[in-house]
Amino acid sequence: MARSVRPQTKIAFTVLAWLVGLILFFPILWAILTSFKTESEAIASPPVVLPSVWTLENYFDVQARSDYFKHFFNSVLISVGSTLIGLFIGVPAAWSMAFSPTKRTKDILMWMLSTKMMPAVGVVVPIYLLFRDWQLLDTVHGLTFVLTMINLPIIIWMLYTYFREIPVDILEAARMDGAELWKEIVYVLVPMAIPGIASTLLLNVILAWNEAFWTINLTAAQAAPLTAFISSFSSPQGLFWAKLSAASTLAIAPILLLGWFSQKQLVRGLTFGAVK
Amino acid sequence: MKNTPFLVGALTIALVGSASAQSLTIATVNNGDMIRMQELSSGFTDETGIELNWVVLEENTLRQRVTTDIATGGGQYDIMTIGNYEVPIWGRQGWLAPLDDLAEDADYNVDDLLPAIRGGLSVDGTLYAVPFYGESSMIMYRTDLLEEAGLEMPENPTWEFVAEAARAMTDRENDINGICLRGKAGWGENMALITSMANAFGGRWFDEDWNPQFDQPVWNEVLNFYVDLMNDAGPAGASSNGFNENLALFQQGRCGMWIDATVAASFVSNPDDSEVADMVGYAVAPDTGNDNRGNWLWSWNLGIPESSQQKDAAKQFLAWATSQEYTNLVAENEGWANVPPGTRTSLYENPDYIEAAPFAEITLDAINAADTVNPTVDPVPYVGGQFVAIPEFQGLGTTVGQLFSAALAGQSSVDDALSQAQSVAEREMRRGGYMN
Repeated sequence: MARSVRPQTKIAFTVLAWLVGLILFFPILWAILTSFKTESEAIASPPVVLPSVWTLENYFDVQARSDYFKHFFNSVLISVGSTLIGLFIGVPAAWSMAFSPTKRTKDILMWMLSTKMMPAVGVVVPIYLLFRDWQLLDTVHGLTFVLTMINLPIIIWMLYTYFREIPVDILEAARMDGAELWKEIVYVLVPMAIPGIASTLLLNVILAWNEAFWTINLTAAQAAPLTAFISSFSSPQGLFWAKLSAASTLAIAPILLLGWFSQKQLVRGLTFGAVK
Repeated sequence: MKNTPFLVGALTIALVGSASAQSLTIATVNNGDMIRMQELSSGFTDETGIELNWVVLEENTLRQRVTTDIATGGGQYDIMTIGNYEVPIWGRQGWLAPLDDLAEDADYNVDDLLPAIRGGLSVDGTLYAVPFYGESSMIMYRTDLLEEAGLEMPENPTWEFVAEAARAMTDRENDINGICLRGKAGWGENMALITSMANAFGGRWFDEDWNPQFDQPVWNEVLNFYVDLMNDAGPAGASSNGFNENLALFQQGRCGMWIDATVAASFVSNPDDSEVADMVGYAVAPDTGNDNRGNWLWSWNLGIPESSQQKDAAKQFLAWATSQEYTNLVAENEGWANVPPGTRTSLYENPDYIEAAPFAEITLDAINAADTVNPTVDPVPYVGGQFVAIPEFQGLGTTVGQLFSAALAGQSSVDDALSQAQSVAEREMRRGGYMN
């Protein structure tokens, strides 16, 4: 039976939750509002909350100067592509570590995670040289490859955690019924771990979408995704805050909508196995 | 894997598309003048049939991006927008294609380039980049506030006068700060100002043997002067103000004076953005009576990396974008006040420009007066005005900038900031093999 909660406590927690939510969302809201202001309103001090005249001029300027759809298309290819390849490699890897661990499994997991601890800039020159020699600079497939490698440790870690929650008996039962290894993974393990896989997929698409170091450093004109698009509107000399906000709004809108529509799935996945 | 045909199709289109016409990839910075060049560049494509791919990036990102590419011979770009800090270093390394043909081309008229700017882009007499726009530093001040304070801007102001005027103009109740100066940490932010201040005060970064000089009394004088002045007459939170923040403050009428890049003059005098457009006066940057006004000199330039496969086409673009004809094209489309300043003598002889830009004469004087070969009172082993043109300066300048910014914010004392700057600089110089 659910514990009874005093109404005052409930109201207090609701208010607190809204407050935290608003604080977290405020920078995004501010960027969206600024994107509809004129440049002089965008820098006004004290700040102007709502634009006096709502204008779409910044959006038109942004599109006129830079091709949003080309960058958007690149972002979709890179983030979805790298995540799918990552899952393709990550599911068998996590299966093996979760259900047939050896005494070195924990060390391997830690070693994989340790690659995330190195600052990306430390390896930019070697990677750049490899890309140059392999003709991968400024290509979508080159970038997909790098982002797959970067996010693979997270994918494997997440999947490993989810798979560990699945009773090994069920897999054994499938084996007893004569299921081959790949059938066991595809027909038994994957359907049971769908919430976990879905949240891994969503989170990694978001991470790859937002990745700004490699996507800017390894691209020029052809394969540049939305991170490079935003960067082209930022400037230390000259005021372009409204345009920068419009570019940011355009760049985050798709991923924001994706997160909004899949929030149930995301929360379910992230809390998967929290209650035993 | 439903996406595969889609992906392959998209890649094929991209590859075929890029192979069908000659195209140049240009890396540039997100500044008003560069954006205008991008907009007007369809004229170049119509004329020559050469397609242009633009990569526009924020200044620091651009610098990191093009440095990686040129140092590794990545060959991603045919034309790079670089500062006069990079040009001599990269030219000496053999990373940039020499532009002798342009220099010999009578139509291009290389002798029309301002000598100070041209000098900063040459190594041993060879030109390695051509200037797109140039700037020095100057004082922008509110004529009404100075008059209220009972003062008059001298023809050759000194730092002493600037400090006196700033304190006199400060009106805390009405949120008017006597002076706005850069405080945000960075080699191209607060260190540009403080280095040129130190030049004017008789200081220098290194002596002839590359020994750092932050332990000398003159640096103590400079930094105390700066911190005291900003505490008495600067805006709140000045340690996070860079060019943009000070521009916004000045345009909103909250600064009595602003000493910064000459390119700011066209922004503060533009009535569309500036509330004080008709109350701005201009004066040359201050000295300390020694005629050294800091030697601030910056230009954004176009250069061709040696790794480019299309040098001839790239040179055609360079000649187009930095020519007198381009200036006329901008004037026709956007008006004379918006032409890229500070590169050609002929612009400053043009009566239309002089009329449209009241700050033209002082800008020209400031650029001509900047001596980046002998920037300091005492001799130095380096070139560069508001920076030191060695590869280590980006990192070292930013670290020292952080120490000085902390001193301005009151997080450390001036003495501590200087002694730390001294030890950081000594370590960096030893590591770089400049001193033992």
